[in-house]
Amino acid sequence: MKLQKIVMTACMLLATSAAMATPATDGLFSRYKAQGAAGFDAARGDKAWHKETQGEDGQTMSCSTCHGKDLGKEGKHHKTGKVIAPMAPSVNKDRFTDAKKIEKWFKRNCNDVLARECTAQEKGDYLKFLLDK
Amino acid sequence: MRNTFKTALLAAALLTGSGSAMAEENFFLWLVNFTRQKEVQPVDNKAWNEECGSCHLAYQPGLLPGKSWAKLLDEKALADHFGEDASLDDDTLKALRVYALENAADKSWHKRSRKIAQATADGEAPLRIVEVRYIKRKHHDITEKMIKGNKDVKSLSYCNTCHTKAEEGIYDEDTVDIPNFGGHDYD
Ligand code: HEC
Ligand code: HEC
Repeated sequence: MKLQKIVMTACMLLATSAAMATPATDGLFSRYKAQGAAGFDAARGDKAWHKETQGEDGQTMSCSTCHGKDLGKEGKHHKTGKVIAPMAPSVNKDRFTDAKKIEKWFKRNCNDVLARECTAQEKGDYLKFLLDK
Repeated sequence: MRNTFKTALLAAALLTGSGSAMAEENFFLWLVNFTRQKEVQPVDNKAWNEECGSCHLAYQPGLLPGKSWAKLLDEKALADHFGEDASLDDDTLKALRVYALENAADKSWHKRSRKIAQATADGEAPLRIVEVRYIKRKHHDITEKMIKGNKDVKSLSYCNTCHTKAEEGIYDEDTVDIPNFGGHDYD
């Protein structure tokens, strides 16, 4: 009983700390604002994350194609099969701690999934959505 | 004999004074490398491991000749790297390019790299390791069922699905295990 309580509290603490932004994402949010983005919206990020686009080989794809349905679990590169560590900061504390890395992968993966780079607004929305996980 | 050798080594290390620990370590590293140049030089560059190991096995530079790496590790080429955007910032790209060119198959004394260098000495630079004649020949007997039709392999490009020590640069027969065909005779 007591243990359960402790575990619960620990989980709640984890959950709240995960929802908070990291210094890296704080910096990015202000950068995106400086680049013209308005406020950021997790729901909009959620929708964009799951939006299906036409892939190179006629199949549709979205961010989930590689990152998986459950962001708390590992994903898998659709082509190479390489395991991708969970995206949810609540289970993967290394996520979203390095602004350079975040920007690198936004550039690559927006190009791969959307066939163009993402706008500052879109990137902020994605981040807002992911930080809640 | 062996003892005299060791004493000599120790003396040499001590002679170099303050940097003795470093010198000794480097010397032993060199010795180990010198006597074990059979396979492919393992990756010894952190940035290479991180940047080139994020989507697939971090292929050892010794698996392709310099002219191939020069083509692959180019800003434009990386923006469309086998259909994917693998672009890097300028500084990282420059450093990785230097590392690849210095350790390319045609610069290496490791046995397999020599073979790869010979197989690619003439003609166009291959963009894929699996296009190198020597590599193709070594996999001639493996059926499509074991590669494409095998959900845990999918392509010959994913060396580490079968070569259990690929990450250490070891590709000999003793360390091969084709998933779902394990323990069988491959021929
Ligand atoms: C964004 C993901 C990504 C990154 C990062 C990446 N690659 Fe690749 N790489 C791929 C894909 C996808 C393929 C094609 C796999 C296939 O054909 O099945 C590939 C294939 C290759 C091949 C050809 C393998 C063969 O023989 O078929 C080489 C060589 C290679 N990559 C080297 C590198 C190097 C060096 C780096 C680091 C600078 C790198 N890659 C970074 C995605 C990536
Ligand atoms: C489908 C599984 C599979 C994949 C994927 C695979 N190999 Fe192999 N490889 C084998 C088998 C089986 C042999 C043959 C072993 C033997 O001779 O009995 C072999 C042999 C070799 C040899 C020769 C070994 C020797 O002792 O002569 C080299 C070198 C090699 N592979 C490199 C690679 C590289 C590099 C890649 C990735 C680009 C790769 N392999 C991908 C299964 C695979």
